[in-house]
Amino acid sequence: MTEVLPAQGIAENAWLLVALPVLGALVLLVGGRRTNAWGHLLGCATLLAAFGYGAAVFAEWLGLSAEDRTRELHLGTWFAVNGLHVDYGVRLDPLSLTFVLLITGVGALIHIYSIGYMSHDPGRRRFFGYLNLFVAAMLVLVLADNFVTLYLGWEGVGLASYLLIGWYQDRPSAATAAKKAFLMNRVGDVGLALGIFLIWRSLGTVKYSEVFARVGEIGGPTLLAIAVLLLLGACGKSGQFPLQAWLPDAMEGPTPVSALIHAATMVTAGVYLIARCNPLYNLTSDGRLVVVGVGVITLLIGSIIGCAYDDIKKVLAYSTVSQIGYMILAVGLGPAGYALGIAHLLTHGFFKAVLFLGAGSVMHAMHDEVDMRRMGGLAKHVPITFALFTTGYLALIGFPFLSGYYSKDAIIEAAFGVGGWQSWVFGGSAMLAAGLTAFYMTRLMFMTFFGEERWKDLRTPDGQAYHPHESPSVMWLPMVPLALGSLGAGFFFAHGERLVRWLEPTLGPLTPAEAAPFPVELVPVFTIALSAVGVVLAWLFVGRERVPVLRPVPVSPPVAAARADLYANAINETLIARPGTWLSRALVFVDNKGVDGVVNGAAALLGGTSGRVRKLQNGFVRTYALGMLGGSVLVIAMLLVVSY
Amino acid sequence: MNANNGGALLLALLLLPLVGSGLVAAMRSAPGPAKATALAFALGEVVLAGLAWTAYHPLGDRLQLTLSVEWIPAFGTRFALGVDGIALVMIALTAVLVPIVMGASWEEKLPEGRTTAGFYSLLLAGQSMMVGVFAATDVFLFYLFFEVMLVPMYFLIGRFGGPRRQYAAVKFFLYSLLGGLVMLGSVIGVFVVSANRLGTGSFDWTSLVRIAHDVPQQTQIWLFLGFFVAFAIKAPLVPLHTWLPDAGAEAPVGAGVLLVGVMDKVGIYGFLRYCLPLFPDASRVLAPLVLVLAVAGILYGALLAVGQTDLKRFVAYTSVAHFGFIALGVFAFSTQGQAGSVLYMINHGISTGMLFIVIGMLMARGGSRLIADYGGVAMLAPVLAGMMLVAGLSSLALPGTNSFVSEFLVLIGSFPREPVYTVLATVGIIFAALYVLWVYQRVMTGPVRGTAVLGTLSGGPGTTMAPEVAANRHGKLFPDLSVREIAVLTPLVVLILLLGFYPQPVLDVVNPSVGATLSEVGLTDPVPVQGGK
Repeated sequence: MTEVLPAQGIAENAWLLVALPVLGALVLLVGGRRTNAWGHLLGCATLLAAFGYGAAVFAEWLGLSAEDRTRELHLGTWFAVNGLHVDYGVRLDPLSLTFVLLITGVGALIHIYSIGYMSHDPGRRRFFGYLNLFVAAMLVLVLADNFVTLYLGWEGVGLASYLLIGWYQDRPSAATAAKKAFLMNRVGDVGLALGIFLIWRSLGTVKYSEVFARVGEIGGPTLLAIAVLLLLGACGKSGQFPLQAWLPDAMEGPTPVSALIHAATMVTAGVYLIARCNPLYNLTSDGRLVVVGVGVITLLIGSIIGCAYDDIKKVLAYSTVSQIGYMILAVGLGPAGYALGIAHLLTHGFFKAVLFLGAGSVMHAMHDEVDMRRMGGLAKHVPITFALFTTGYLALIGFPFLSGYYSKDAIIEAAFGVGGWQSWVFGGSAMLAAGLTAFYMTRLMFMTFFGEERWKDLRTPDGQAYHPHESPSVMWLPMVPLALGSLGAGFFFAHGERLVRWLEPTLGPLTPAEAAPFPVELVPVFTIALSAVGVVLAWLFVGRERVPVLRPVPVSPPVAAARADLYANAINETLIARPGTWLSRALVFVDNKGVDGVVNGAAALLGGTSGRVRKLQNGFVRTYALGMLGGSVLVIAMLLVVSY
Repeated sequence: MNANNGGALLLALLLLPLVGSGLVAAMRSAPGPAKATALAFALGEVVLAGLAWTAYHPLGDRLQLTLSVEWIPAFGTRFALGVDGIALVMIALTAVLVPIVMGASWEEKLPEGRTTAGFYSLLLAGQSMMVGVFAATDVFLFYLFFEVMLVPMYFLIGRFGGPRRQYAAVKFFLYSLLGGLVMLGSVIGVFVVSANRLGTGSFDWTSLVRIAHDVPQQTQIWLFLGFFVAFAIKAPLVPLHTWLPDAGAEAPVGAGVLLVGVMDKVGIYGFLRYCLPLFPDASRVLAPLVLVLAVAGILYGALLAVGQTDLKRFVAYTSVAHFGFIALGVFAFSTQGQAGSVLYMINHGISTGMLFIVIGMLMARGGSRLIADYGGVAMLAPVLAGMMLVAGLSSLALPGTNSFVSEFLVLIGSFPREPVYTVLATVGIIFAALYVLWVYQRVMTGPVRGTAVLGTLSGGPGTTMAPEVAANRHGKLFPDLSVREIAVLTPLVVLILLLGFYPQPVLDVVNPSVGATLSEVGLTDPVPVQGGK
């Protein structure tokens, strides 16, 4: 266990990391229309400043020896009652600093992109206010030094996503999606809250440094319960099975929001939580097995459904579900996987951001069209977007030596290294999903950028012709660094185990795979082969075929199931929503007729008849006095009977 | 006479609104000056409450700012006032809410034949009685305030309320009356018991606490139940809650805020001040009963709130759920839980008060209480929508708002001793998100729709209007908040955020009193348990 030291020097101002975006959000949201002209610039500036500050701390940290890199900054008391102390505190260590750079860096680029993307929206200033709030909440989440302040950021992220997913508030579907996101997140939050309560009950503290130092005192069953409850929280925020259904609906928000949710904030929170609690998960192999199981199920669900959608953003959304599944699988492997999960989280941050921003650029070119069946042949109309998007695509499908290749393959290898039947199930599933990923992403590329220009004969919903055009530079320039990251970040992190070493003070050393059923060197070979099969299949089914503008029905049962999100919404609807509605209606009836009736009846009995009850209005003083007398006689009589 | 300066301060807090009430009542023919005078008295009360806050020493005596005057020697009852930290914050809450309520009611249309002076006079009279009920340290005096407090509220609902105001007022009165009767029995019982223990009967709270542990458990249980019924009706706990939706829905907004925001808290306050210290053994024995009712209230109230079609009844049912949390925190017997409950009382007054006021502002524009009559209001009145969202987020206890701290303290404090009830209660926070966000979605988001909205926009129900047209009408026929309305809500928003991020000054006042209460019950905080290896 690394010793925790007080923060010194430049790090003493680490509160700035949160204060800057909060300041931006406050000025933009309270300042009102007066800030319309420059509000978006302020939003970007606060994030760039936060990134700059984060980079400075990072540079300072690189100069420290490994054992000096875990530091805390105490800022004040949030609330305290008797033994329970909840503080505003900042924990600066390699893990939190990594997240700070990801959140502020990618966040700032998405902010800049939004200047162009939201330029026609009259509410742009408010939009930037919410974006700043989102980033601030995420920073609170990763910088907290205790579980309750983490929870503040945790639900703060939920609020920001609610506001942004429901951005187009005249659309009923957006309002529904926003509410759904918040509710499913709240289900997860209950898990996180109960996990915190159990930690408090067991150790009498909620502070990381104390909890992690004494986590060994907690008994096995309790520890397993905590691990599963925290995982439930992670599932809510990260869109993992069984709480994945909100994430695709969250596409109702403007596209930069999708990029922010999927690449830099929100969905990475679950992975962070489990990595952060590594001292706890290290002690419960059963708990880790549950985590791995959830990851595997989710990565399969996500990649299967991703093959069926025609909505470009929803394909990317299910891609995220699936990729986060890889990360959860990795951190579930324990010391053999924590750092791999974080590495994939970072590379995914690059390529998923460029993919979403690229999709936004395509939509910008196509009058906000998202149906890929109405696209096609766009490569030559939006060449820059196409080139940038392609880097993200190649990185995601694990093209050799690009980012995804390093980070995803490492996870598949580690999954094969678990040993026994689990090797085959976990490793095999992860490898299969890699093939599916190659299929659905190639399908997306063909439908969007290649083939027939199907939009030529089509009209927008308001009856205009499509005029695809390249986005302004304020939109494509921020994508350039992300594309470069998609190309080179994997190699950079993996070279000389750079990232693993950096994260070691927080996550411990990376233990190599124990017992792979075959030489792990073969894993990349198989994975690439499977991915190539996926690409070829996509070409056979989509690339060389004519894509119908209307989605074909009927389709085979597996495709129908995938189109219906593998019935996740139907199950939620049947098992929870509908019975809940009935219960609520029934209770309203019972409450109005039953409970009220019984109590009124009793009251009438006491007062005589209901007629006399009404008479009370007039002569209430007299009756009151009588009633007082009667009541007291009754109670005194009771007292005498029980004879004290 | 035995008093100090603090006691005089408390007496002033009690008398100032009473004097104001009389003065305002005399200004029947001058509504404007009557309102202004009432507001001046209410603001004066805020100043007095501030003075009391500074005069109180959190780590000092159990009861402070005391005053005790010979009253009816034959009954052993004295006119005795004093506060602990819990009573002090409740008095402060009352003082803060009353001027806000007055501001919110400033332009309210009163029913035919009712005078402005009457309304404000009753508000001030109600305030005085509520201060009395929190400040009384003599059980009989407490009982008296507890009952007299009903009268102004009865008239506020019955004379100034909505269409079914008579029915609602009588129902409210009868329920409270029933509770009061049973409590009176226990009040007399306490006197008899004290006469047996002390030689002469006494209503003095401090003396009664001293002998509390000597009273046989069986006797304690009977006496406890007498108080409990009255407090459970007032709080209200399921299944004694059905008067609240009617009273809350029919009460004028100002009275509704005071009813749900302050008066109902007297029930919980009664648990903490009377049930627990006076009947410690009974409290421990009967705790499971209260916990069952509390958790039932959380889930039942939330499910009913989800199913409501009327905005004001909706707020009333959310309160039933919130009172469940508060009762859970009190009877799970930990300092965190009880401090959380006290803080919850304050926070609920602020956030539910704000929700009531915002809904009142919505109704003042649309003229309807039905959720289905509204839709897409955010397009026309974005500030109004934002205010409703803030109040709603506070109601669902989002971290960063005041309610989170209290709800979290209640739950984390209750968990070690009562894990099962706490888990069930925690599930209730999902329902809270559902009922708040669903109502917000139906009323505020989506295209502009609903008879209450379109009716005022275009003169006839059933007309549909394109959002662009609606936006052009912005500020004309479904106007956004006025400066007065924003000024009324701003202090509440500030309090929501302030108590959300910096609740410690209030907790510092509350904590020692809560600790004392817990030791009067004869319990200490549970120690950590690690679970079997």
